Amino acid sequence: MQVVSKLQVEDMKNISFEIRRQLLFMHAKSNESHIASSLSVVDILVTLYFEIMNIDPNNPYDPDRDRFILSKGHAASALYAVLAQRGYFEKRVLDSFAGNGTKISVHPERNSVPGIEVSTGSLGHGLSIATGIALSAKKDCKKFRTFVLMSDGECEEGSVWEAAMFASRFGLDSLIAIIDQNKWQAYDRTDPIQNLSLLKSKWESFGWACKEVNGHDFEELCDVLKDIPFKIGKPSLLIADTIKGKGIPEMEDKMEWHYKSPKLENVEKYLNSLRRSYEKSIRK
Amino acid sequence: MRKAFVNKLTELVSKNKNIYLLTGDLGFSVFDDFRNIFPENFVNMGLSEANMIGVASGMAMNGKYVFVYSIIPFITFRVLEQIRNDICLQNLPVKIIGVGEGLTYGTSGPTHHAIEDIGIMSSLPNMIVLSPGDPVEVEKLVEESINLKSPCYIRLGKNGEPAFNSPNTKIEIGKGNILKKGKDMAIITTGSMLSTCIDVANDLEDEGISAMVVSLHTIKPLDEELLGEIAKKVRRIFVIEEHISSCGLGNRIAYYYAQKNIELKVKYIGLPDLFIKPSGKQDFLRKQYGLDVESIKREIICFLKSS
Repeated sequence: MQVVSKLQVEDMKNISFEIRRQLLFMHAKSNESHIASSLSVVDILVTLYFEIMNIDPNNPYDPDRDRFILSKGHAASALYAVLAQRGYFEKRVLDSFAGNGTKISVHPERNSVPGIEVSTGSLGHGLSIATGIALSAKKDCKKFRTFVLMSDGECEEGSVWEAAMFASRFGLDSLIAIIDQNKWQAYDRTDPIQNLSLLKSKWESFGWACKEVNGHDFEELCDVLKDIPFKIGKPSLLIADTIKGKGIPEMEDKMEWHYKSPKLENVEKYLNSLRRSYEKSIRK
Repeated sequence: MRKAFVNKLTELVSKNKNIYLLTGDLGFSVFDDFRNIFPENFVNMGLSEANMIGVASGMAMNGKYVFVYSIIPFITFRVLEQIRNDICLQNLPVKIIGVGEGLTYGTSGPTHHAIEDIGIMSSLPNMIVLSPGDPVEVEKLVEESINLKSPCYIRLGKNGEPAFNSPNTKIEIGKGNILKKGKDMAIITTGSMLSTCIDVANDLEDEGISAMVVSLHTIKPLDEELLGEIAKKVRRIFVIEEHISSCGLGNRIAYYYAQKNIELKVKYIGLPDLFIKPSGKQDFLRKQYGLDVESIKREIICFLKSS
């Protein structure tokens, strides 16, 4: 069953193109790292903020809103761009990314701008916080959902597994963890450090209902995320297969783009690459 | 002190069901009744202190009043970054309850001693640090902690500490508690060393030395007003604590007086910058490190004579 129309998918592709275009300028201007980590999660964020979550940018503190926590805080530039695009704040705020005196630093800070729920930046914290939010929602019989986006490398943090054990014990099925599995971590491929082929079975053995998805395919993302929880009484885990640096071929799947930032004089070149990738994606 | 804590908490939860107690698998014989009466407000988090802090932070974001409970090293040193980022940075009013201040768990060895926690917890922006001196202070501070808008850390001893305050004594967060007036010198202490300090002051009285005793249960923020007044009234101050003095109450008071350019004769009596071993019972260790009544008295008289 197709849960989103062709038109909706086209819209999301357009929005994602716009977000990636913004990211190029934000990182070029600020000279900050992590653009590839941000490019990796753009499509997941666009799906959540434009199709899946019950949110109202005009009422960002609504107690019944769905919550989103970016546990991989180093991809905050993508979240800022998505929030601005969604209308949480004006797009010109993005020009101040990582600048002196900015509200939007490289890692996000709670309530620095509307829509940032939690301060993150050190890995392995977001899932516990999300679990606390979901637990209190359950205690209050609230229906909102709590989404948390983590990186694959982050699953090496022990606290992730403490939280995983706890969430399933309480049957927190309003909790949805998404792993941005781009198969890179800061100084290596993720795979020799942890066996990624075992990731799903690890989470299943901790009592989570797990699914896998192509993290750049809007139809697949919508399809799987419109039907949550994956199993009543269990927290849901979605492993999103992604490409680090997605959308700008020069940056795709390359470790150095965890560190580099595009030079201002090269923005035009990357923009052309981005445009070609985008055109290829809409012909699909 | 633990009994006082759980009694007060029981009273608070009976009035406010938004209060939660999370424990790191501790509380045998302490929380038995509490968890039977309020099963919905009690969670044994298991041996997952890092997760416990994160969960408490998430619950506090949703307006819950959360107490987290464990032995001091496990609920402070082990989870320092969780406390810093998840609680202090986001200024969430989570209440961290640590048991076993100082050398309470003397025989358990250095893994269980809590002689650096004041320094570490006080170093965190937004954190309020409380170290009550008797069960009455525990009750009053725990009650007031509910209204705090910032995180707080409350370090408790064990059970059976004597009460020096009457139930009607006014005890407030941020205000030092004067238990005994005196004009010759002042003893400023924190935590369950209070009992020893009162004995010391009574003995000194017999020798004609009039000593004021202050329980500085709030280590952060410091009661600067009171410290200023004490400096005006007496010229000899003794800061006594069962904690490494160079990173504890002594350090904070020394910093305050130095910043204000207040010249005083202050003697800091606490633990040295060492892990305490070989281990032993609290009383034994206090004697070993000069924190028993006799040693402190000797130290004070010697300092008074020489300065």
